Amino acid sequence: MSDVALNENMPNDALPRTAPKRFLGPAAWARENLFSTWWSTAITLALAYLLIRYAVSFVDWAFVNAIWTVPYNAAGQPDASACRDNKGIGACWAIIADKHRFILFGTYPYDEHWRPLLVCMLFVGLYIVSAMRRFWNWRLAVIWAVTLTAIGILMWGGVFGLTYVPQERWGGLPITLILATFGLAFAFPLAILVALGRRSQLPAIKALCVLYVELIRGVPLISLLFMASVMFPLFLPEGINIDKLLRAQIAIILFAGAYLAEVVRGGLQALPKGQYEAADALGLSYWKKTGLIILPQALRLVIPPLVNTFIGFFKDTSLVLIIGIFDLLTAGKTALIEPQWQGFGVEVYITLGLIYFIFCFAMSQYSAGLEAEFNRHRRR
Amino acid sequence: MSDVPADPRYARQAPRRPLRLSWSDERVRNIVWQALVVGGVLAVFYWLYRNTSYNLEVRRIATGFGFLEREAGLPIAESLIEYDPSMTYFRALLVGVLNTLKVAIVGIVLATILGTLLGIARLSRNWLLARIAGAYVELVRDLPLLLQLLFWYALLQALPGPRQALNPVEGVFLSNRGLKLPFFRWEDAHSWAMIAFVLGVVGTFLYRRWARARQMQDGQPRAVWPIGAALMGALPLAVWWALGAPFQPDIPFLRGFNFQGGLTVSPEFFALLLGLTLYTAGFIAEIVRAGILAVNQGQWEAAQALGLPRGRVMSLVVLPQALRVIIPPMTSQFLNITKNSSLAVAIGYQDIVSIANTTLNQTGQAIEGIAIIMLVYLTISLSISLFMNWYNARIALVER
Repeated sequence: MSDVALNENMPNDALPRTAPKRFLGPAAWARENLFSTWWSTAITLALAYLLIRYAVSFVDWAFVNAIWTVPYNAAGQPDASACRDNKGIGACWAIIADKHRFILFGTYPYDEHWRPLLVCMLFVGLYIVSAMRRFWNWRLAVIWAVTLTAIGILMWGGVFGLTYVPQERWGGLPITLILATFGLAFAFPLAILVALGRRSQLPAIKALCVLYVELIRGVPLISLLFMASVMFPLFLPEGINIDKLLRAQIAIILFAGAYLAEVVRGGLQALPKGQYEAADALGLSYWKKTGLIILPQALRLVIPPLVNTFIGFFKDTSLVLIIGIFDLLTAGKTALIEPQWQGFGVEVYITLGLIYFIFCFAMSQYSAGLEAEFNRHRRR
Repeated sequence: MSDVPADPRYARQAPRRPLRLSWSDERVRNIVWQALVVGGVLAVFYWLYRNTSYNLEVRRIATGFGFLEREAGLPIAESLIEYDPSMTYFRALLVGVLNTLKVAIVGIVLATILGTLLGIARLSRNWLLARIAGAYVELVRDLPLLLQLLFWYALLQALPGPRQALNPVEGVFLSNRGLKLPFFRWEDAHSWAMIAFVLGVVGTFLYRRWARARQMQDGQPRAVWPIGAALMGALPLAVWWALGAPFQPDIPFLRGFNFQGGLTVSPEFFALLLGLTLYTAGFIAEIVRAGILAVNQGQWEAAQALGLPRGRVMSLVVLPQALRVIIPPMTSQFLNITKNSSLAVAIGYQDIVSIANTTLNQTGQAIEGIAIIMLVYLTISLSISLFMNWYNARIALVER
């Protein structure tokens, strides 16, 4: 500081000064961001009042007054009368304590629950590996194929000393993960073909792809699921019967394929024309041009919207409840049918919401981060 | 979707060679490939058709839409038009379509209002407001809609019965039988006043167009609001007055175990509307936010440099440009709300899916039932798309 004040004639206020107190510190921050105008102050106070009031009553309900366990009678049946008396005052988390195995794994044989648990962990591992950039090449396809096969073996069993578990007994979280992940795995190649077809020069192929995409996108998923549950059996020749889960899975694949195709098409359109022309100039055939030049670049561009679309399917798999397939939501709803637990829907739905939220929030944060990174060159 | 570029280099085309019947001719290859693909698809469809007609015959399931004329015998709890179970399936399905449209239209209006407010709130300079709006958007977007619907329905059913109904405002009751609102007895005069109001809206719109066109010619601004107030406010009131000004309040009251009178919002409709609105508003908020952010900062600054006040900057400069970004994704949200209203079947609101589903269970005619559902949704989707495309073209940037 001393060397600045060399000139003694310099007026005092020309010297460098620290910022005034009223622009620093939490009080200044609050004045800037919470109380800048009287209008803003009014909003802050009103919101703070509502927030504190409802947060306190929610904490009271969910934690302070909540019942976490209930006694079991001699027959091993839970006695929920304490919860009933506490209704409206505190939450009854005892239903989760009693039913969490059923909600997570459905009617899968109790002693074999480690298998669906392992399957869920495999799925999470698969998502994490897919999110890592160093695997974004042909190896990812191999990893997916191996993991999905392992998941099939674990769920069905019947080999390697695992007892056979028929598909009717699967349920809960693994079903949700299976429907979403297998849906993506099969819909993605379909989507690439349809997206390429939609941009094709061949009029008949283009028309077919447009028809498929627009038809599927114009109707709700439920109508496709109904179609899978009541119409598919009529489509097949006599004697061939495919189970309900597979039928729903086919409907989800067809549905996902149309939406993913539009995402992929966005990527194909975003690619500069020069890339197409340069590939043509090299004399590459259509499939070489597509496989070596176009798709590797276009698919990289669409990863963020692809993840967002996948979040959509992940949520949409819950619709299989309507045709009676035992996914996470159906398992939760079924747990409520038992007489002693009737009327505790709010607690179960909050728990299920937490599970869905963890998956979707992680994916949406990942996609937002990736998007920001891809757009880094555009930031000022 | 024309792939033909306007580049002059392409204007001169390669000379057409005569078609050679050889695999090395690209045109021959293209024709063969297309014929193979189309043939394959047709073969699959033919195979499915043959299986289906065989299966239908074996199971003795009737085909065709003859059942539409038969008596439905299907009770429907809420209906916009007159209906009782002795009427035909066609009538029942019509009730379902109207119920779908009812929840979709109300949902679209409410979700747009709430979503726009939330989107602006997320950009607010007030930290608390922006954070709460952000948390809300993140929460509703990351939970399945069906779960949210079941949650709201469970919450509504957990409400006390009519005798202990919540009574937040005089005349409004919230119980496990739904929401009861005060209303007035609807008479012909009200319908006529309503028609007068619609005519007033059209008249105001036409006057505004004329005023704008005149302003372009003589530079005189003309106030639209006096004419608008007269046409939309005074005219319906005058019609209502001329027809005797009937007004009989219809306030719900408790009699025995349930409420009498008033306007009823059933718990099913209420839960569905609540779920759809809150869910879609989260998506619309993000669209509105992105739209406003997409307008270049320089536009704000340029408009302010012209001396426009802040409100006019927003309405004349920023919003028209933001709308161009907002409209296309907004269209798909409107389509989504309509398609998502089909989840009504899970909580027992009788929309088209629910009624068509009952119909196909009763008649056994699955193909026709699902065809009806798909046809209805395709029609609605197409109409919304066409309307929004027209609107989008109207506000699109006019370039040379």
